[in-house]
Amino acid sequence: MLKYDSIAELVEAAKKQKMKISEMVLADQAAAAEADPQTIYTRMERSFDVMCEAVESGSAKDQVSMSGLTGGEGYHMFDYAKRTGGGLSGSFMTGAMARALSVAGCNASMGRIVASPTAGSCGILPGCLVSLYKEGRAEKRDIVMSMFTSGAFGMVIAKNASIAGATGGCQAECGSASGMAAAALVELMGGSPDMCADALAIAIANQLGLACDPVAGLVEIPCIKRNVSGIMIAFSSADMVLAGIRAYIPADECISAMQSVGDMMNSALKETAGGGLAATPTGRKLKERVFGAEE
Amino acid sequence: MDVFDIIGPVMIGPSSSHTAGACRLGRVANKLMDGRTPSRCDIILSGSFSRTGRGHGTDRAIVGGIMGFETDDTRIRDALDIAKEEGIEINFIHQDIPNAHPNTARITYYLPDGRSGFMQGASVGGGNIRIDIINGMEVKFSGDKETILVLHRDVPGVIANVTNLMHLMYSDINIGAFQLSRREKGGEALMTIEADSVPPEKITADIRQTPDVLNCLLIHKI
Repeated sequence: MLKYDSIAELVEAAKKQKMKISEMVLADQAAAAEADPQTIYTRMERSFDVMCEAVESGSAKDQVSMSGLTGGEGYHMFDYAKRTGGGLSGSFMTGAMARALSVAGCNASMGRIVASPTAGSCGILPGCLVSLYKEGRAEKRDIVMSMFTSGAFGMVIAKNASIAGATGGCQAECGSASGMAAAALVELMGGSPDMCADALAIAIANQLGLACDPVAGLVEIPCIKRNVSGIMIAFSSADMVLAGIRAYIPADECISAMQSVGDMMNSALKETAGGGLAATPTGRKLKERVFGAEE
Repeated sequence: MDVFDIIGPVMIGPSSSHTAGACRLGRVANKLMDGRTPSRCDIILSGSFSRTGRGHGTDRAIVGGIMGFETDDTRIRDALDIAKEEGIEINFIHQDIPNAHPNTARITYYLPDGRSGFMQGASVGGGNIRIDIINGMEVKFSGDKETILVLHRDVPGVIANVTNLMHLMYSDINIGAFQLSRREKGGEALMTIEADSVPPEKITADIRQTPDVLNCLLIHKI
């Protein structure tokens, strides 16, 4: 049985068993749940299907959030990608951005999503993985399997640091999601367990200190666009690792660093809407528009 | 914790605590009503539920839960309209409940047969909930497990009788947690029993046969 106490534990165990991290984790999770591995796989496949549906429903032209503050981001990005043949970043990346925006928008308009690891960061895994699927870069079965690597790494983060914005700031939500996605991408492109860990390390390192400062306390501004920066960091971290660039600080130490940075953060920057963008004049004005003036 | 706590839950957005947790609180009320449709519900939203609930669809999520919707049911978005169609009168009251968790709701329900009841609980993060009060009795359970509530007279021997009955008739059911609360000595008391596996529905009828037991409810994992 795996303990999920450290990334190093998972990497070493996978190397010893000469398996992908995902294969080892699926077997372990099935054993722990006393279930058939196929049942556990099917449950994960269902999550991936929900991610694909969320891309569809969130990219509608008339998509609008519950508060009315945001809406249509996914539609605009898909439209731009199509019109310009991929804009500045190329059609793969603009498509991925559009998918991340669509899923985050789906969440803001009370659509169905998969918290991965949280609702606020729910666009990052789909932005990366649904894109590989839709663009024919990976098979569905392999993608669903890679989500076990993401999930296992996420469990280590939840144990040794946090995945909640209220505890660790946005680095804990979008930072974790991005690291989890980067590890899945590396595994899908044939990277070793060590390389998966390095991709997680780089993605987390690149978002250390990110504040959770939602305008009006809602999961919209800046959360929806943070999902896009999350996928950009996931792809770039994965590409760096696949290019042979190592993480100099090991993944477990990056996770500890995220925890200690979270502890040092003022509570105004941890989901309380008391600082950062939430406290700007425009942030306050937007809050008034939704909830009325403070009594 | 397993991988589905990280990649999951599948839920209606936008917030695990303000939407998914709120729906689960409503589902506890649904279980207390045995899944029946109430004629009226008065819902007190306290703290952050009151102040930012509207932007998170907290009101819709609670009402959806009261109607038995799961946290991933897309009907949650239209729950207020659906309640109206079902003939349920819904009243929202924005009022801070003293000493309550910031995300607290109190749901009072009125059934068509004249019976009523209320529950108070909090959404404590990540979609997890804590039920604090049922019909004036202090309780503390999460709804993560199968929960048996036994309302009884506060006299000697009732706890032994109930747990013996469970042991003798349902020997494969292990009790994972047990809590007793009462308002005053010799009055009414409430046992909160969390079981590790799913008890059959019949267990409530059997427990109700025990002397001095006034009522028994089984609340399946929410």
